Amino acid sequence: MTDRATVVEINGVSKKFGQTTALQGIELEIAEREFVSLIGPSGCGKSTLLRIIGDLIEPSAGTVVVNGKSARQARRDRDYGIVFQDPVLYDWRTVAKNVALPLEVARWPRQKRNERVRKMLELVELQGFESHRPWQLSGGMQQRVSIARALSFDPALLLMDEPFGALDEMTRERLNMELLKIWEASGSTIVFVTHSIAEAVFLSTRVVVMSPRPGRISELIPIDLQQPRTGTTREEPHFFELVTRVREALHLGHDLERAAPAAREATA
Amino acid sequence: MLFILVLAALWGLWEGYRWLWIHESWTWPFVVNDTTMPHLSDIFAALWGSASPGGVGPRLITVLVKGALFTAKEAAAGFAIGALVGFALGVVLAQFRLLQRGLLPWVVASQTVPILVVAPMVVVWANPKLPDGLKDWGAVALIAAYLTFFPVTVNTIRGLNSADRRAIELMRSYAAGNWRILWKLRFPAALPYIFAALKVGATASVVGALIGELPSSIPNGLGAQIINFSQYYSTEPRGLWATNLIAAALGISFFLVIVIVEKLVVRRAPENLV
Repeated sequence: MTDRATVVEINGVSKKFGQTTALQGIELEIAEREFVSLIGPSGCGKSTLLRIIGDLIEPSAGTVVVNGKSARQARRDRDYGIVFQDPVLYDWRTVAKNVALPLEVARWPRQKRNERVRKMLELVELQGFESHRPWQLSGGMQQRVSIARALSFDPALLLMDEPFGALDEMTRERLNMELLKIWEASGSTIVFVTHSIAEAVFLSTRVVVMSPRPGRISELIPIDLQQPRTGTTREEPHFFELVTRVREALHLGHDLERAAPAAREATA
Repeated sequence: MLFILVLAALWGLWEGYRWLWIHESWTWPFVVNDTTMPHLSDIFAALWGSASPGGVGPRLITVLVKGALFTAKEAAAGFAIGALVGFALGVVLAQFRLLQRGLLPWVVASQTVPILVVAPMVVVWANPKLPDGLKDWGAVALIAAYLTFFPVTVNTIRGLNSADRRAIELMRSYAAGNWRILWKLRFPAALPYIFAALKVGATASVVGALIGELPSSIPNGLGAQIINFSQYYSTEPRGLWATNLIAAALGISFFLVIVIVEKLVVRRAPENLV
């Protein structure tokens, strides 16, 4: 991991919303081509951290450096592709036009745009749905459009906030496989927020376990499962070991939260 | 089909009410007779009769349709002005929050001033300044615009702010500036709201034109016919009712034009239509 360039560098980031401390003292480095999952219970600030990386909100303290630039500059340079839990597609645009939206904003010429849209829809296996309207697609297909849109302008960093959280288990597992294929093909770095331990372990090269009140990183767990992940990866003993490790780390974070502040300092 | 059923039901309601009140000699809320509630068939028949009591001259429907076309010109011009001004004002107020807080109450206040008071003033102020081709009817169009712009402004603001917060975040991640977000996201998101306001504005512009014709004493529009027939109401009630029908038809056709344009322009998931 050390031989790869650093894409994201988070130094002492904290975030306060009024009196509430959402994040405190976050330190994290993410290398090129990593797949990093942020996992933790509700209120641990994982979505907030993702939004700070993407310069959608500003940290109260600390800095975020992306590709050697400030997060603001990285956003202006279109270094981020963002996928939310809801696909947030435009009702009034066709599937193809939805994928083309970022390219229109970036003022790509029409022909280049169409070519790229065709390629992206191929990547997410939605050829033939170009002129459908979003509401005519299933939830899983809508989310694939949303991923194609996020990747359309080839961002260095893909930020995903529980992208499969609203989907059923079967669709979710299929999209997990597709996402890994896309990750491999596009060569981008992914930061992925999830509630699901199994999903985090299956997808990631590293899992960042967070704990709440105030949101902080409690453990970094490298996931050394063999690449590429396959349908049988979920059945390997080592997969279960890693799932158990992440689960224990999450519970530890919970126990810490309940314990007295003095005890927390003692364990630290 | 449904339209015809409803029309038949309304017709039946009118005639049924008429018959019951006359049969029972009820006097509340008003006495029903051929003057207060003529037969609908008589009203329609009057449309094909002569416009003047003497029985000579053109048919009533010819006179009324001519007047309606003139009023339609005023209303259409007023609607266009009102819609454009209303939209532009809505965009400016939605983009600049401070302006919105400062100006919106005055926009609301403008509509609490009775249009019957504003109309003669607009005629007195605007008419001398208007070039010959616009004289009189141009002033009436301004009055129609005055009634149209308000719903458009209010709904434009509401619609522009209706865009999904995350959609705006996505636009920011594409490095889109405020004006591009406005054009690519907020404006299309606002369209269903804007069309809802245009429907209100379309009928309001017809009412505005009719009211505007009264103080400017324009003889060519439906407004003059309303004045004319209300003076003869006690002897010939069917004339005013017929004028009413034509005025309503004018308002409905304005409304329908907007509905058709909306169908062509606004493509939304069925559940997202306002």
